[in-house]
Amino acid sequence: MSFLNGIAASSGIAIAKAYRLVEPDLSFDKKTVENAEQEVERFQAALAESKGELEVIRDNAHKDLGADKAAIFDAHLLVLSDPELISPIEDKIKTDKVNAESALKETADMFITMFEQMDNEYMKERAADIRDVTKRILSHLLGVQIANPSMIAEEVIIIAEDLTPSDTAQLNRQFVKGFTTDIGGRTSHSAIMARSMEIPAVVGTKESTKQIKNGDLVIVDGLKGLVHINPTPEAIAEYEEEHRKFEEQKAEWAKLVNEKSVTADGHHVELAANIGTPKDLKGVVENGGEGVGLYRTEFLYMGRDQLPTEDEQFESYKAVLEGMSGKPVVVRTLDIGGDKELPYLNLPKEMNPFLGFRAIRLCLEEQDMFRTQLRALLRASTYGNLKIMFPMIATLEEFRQGKAILEEEKQKLVSEGAEVADNIEIGIMVEIPSTAVMADQFAKEVDFFSVGTNDLIQYTMAADRMNERVSYLYQPYNPAILRLVKMVIDAAHKEGKWAGMCGEMAGDETAIPLLLGLGLDEFSMSATSILKARSQISRLNKKDMESLAEKALHMNTAEEVVQAVKEIAKL
Amino acid sequence: MVQKQFKVTAETGIHARPATMLVQAASKFDSEIHLEYKEKKVNLKSIMGVMSLGVGQGADITIIAEGSDEQDALNSLEETLKKEGLAE
Repeated sequence: MSFLNGIAASSGIAIAKAYRLVEPDLSFDKKTVENAEQEVERFQAALAESKGELEVIRDNAHKDLGADKAAIFDAHLLVLSDPELISPIEDKIKTDKVNAESALKETADMFITMFEQMDNEYMKERAADIRDVTKRILSHLLGVQIANPSMIAEEVIIIAEDLTPSDTAQLNRQFVKGFTTDIGGRTSHSAIMARSMEIPAVVGTKESTKQIKNGDLVIVDGLKGLVHINPTPEAIAEYEEEHRKFEEQKAEWAKLVNEKSVTADGHHVELAANIGTPKDLKGVVENGGEGVGLYRTEFLYMGRDQLPTEDEQFESYKAVLEGMSGKPVVVRTLDIGGDKELPYLNLPKEMNPFLGFRAIRLCLEEQDMFRTQLRALLRASTYGNLKIMFPMIATLEEFRQGKAILEEEKQKLVSEGAEVADNIEIGIMVEIPSTAVMADQFAKEVDFFSVGTNDLIQYTMAADRMNERVSYLYQPYNPAILRLVKMVIDAAHKEGKWAGMCGEMAGDETAIPLLLGLGLDEFSMSATSILKARSQISRLNKKDMESLAEKALHMNTAEEVVQAVKEIAKL
Repeated sequence: MVQKQFKVTAETGIHARPATMLVQAASKFDSEIHLEYKEKKVNLKSIMGVMSLGVGQGADITIIAEGSDEQDALNSLEETLKKEGLAE
């Protein structure tokens, strides 16, 4: 038995067999063959097996993800039976008397190069399809198992270097009990996904894929950030007990599902949830969310090859607004760029994407795209309590311009006879230090603020949050960050507006006492963190937290702040 | 040999799904079927061939079928193009 240390990304305990989602070794030697006929038959058998596998994957995708997502596998199936690919391979085996592996690889590489050299982004991506299909055939020729996450049919723990959005989209929630990755932190995509799927995860272990083999028994301890490999029976028993305790605690928290979020001295705050799609609503309701504090609309635009239409967007927004039955829903307009790309927009690569052409900057330039989203939102506004939020606002002009466009679309819709709610609050995300510093001026014009901590911290500390070597600078409790947050909250309150937070920090047990003390009105977090936060808040005194926050603002380091929180808020 | 010209009306041109549907439809026939666009001619049963043409909206394309079931093939492809709103 051995274990690995990592970052606890999603709480809970999971015990199951390992399933590696790792690039397999598909290396081979080029050989001449005696019997070319037999080699062609071997190739055809591998084709048939690949085909059978892809058909299952396509049908699963169709069932779980819809026709849209399944279409890609139809295209893969056609590549498998493409005469322009298959005949040259068979000819090569026969005339050059080479093994099927090298005939396949050499022929496919020719096509891959051809597609990669095209100047159209969409065509370039087709190279990836051919590469995918080639890998699948190769795996059957070599008798190597490649990972097919959509075919998993027993309880497993996923072992991966990292998990991309398309990896996680393929995971079957019924069977995936937890995961562990080599890289990543609390705010990486994989961690956020694990929390929204409500499964334990440990990320950033550096070695998971090196140490864990397919079928190893693995314990993921998402509370302490530990991964045990082939544990002893005693360890398993211990963890089963811990798992039981955790479930008990969850049951205890679950009693708070219909309660308000109130401190011991009677101060009420709002605990809301961050969501990515209407599918996440179930989790919000089950965890007693008092609203949606951040609806990330980018998922509507991702994993497809063209922009979503106004009607498609309208349906999603309407579903979320109706699903929340009148509770507030803050929708963030398209925040693309940075680490989130949309290949079909054909945006040029940038040296510093996080400081580049993204979010509101992109929307104010690509106005057709922005207007379509705003129209869909305005049309949906009568189905619930909609609030619209612009991301990455750096200057008042940007906010004014965004708001003017929104007003124009509203007037157009009204003159077309559409119904639009007239009480829609319009706010901004505070992620850029300039905006936090100018919050007093912004507060006169916006209806609310929501602090996006992941970006605010990265921009304030000038530390790329994707760069592990500077990850020590990701310091939510640094007094510099706390001071900026305070400026935002104070500015809002001075103008009778509200201030929320929708970054990771809002659901963090060390940050909550501080934020409560600073006067934050709304905390938006992963749905699964809400009940725990509500339980914590019910045990805290607002008055005490105010003096804690006041002290923290004048401390020297993040470490001192954490110490003070531990003592005063009794973590 | 039979052939017919079409004008592509689909906003996305003949990419992704439309290409998949055309190749699926063509593969059902024994005849040799080709797609011609800008003096380039590809096998319409080859998804990679069709996609490599990069047929966009407004393009004039010609479908050429030759073989025992050539007329049926051409009719079927015309139906697919029209039914899916790809071309006229």
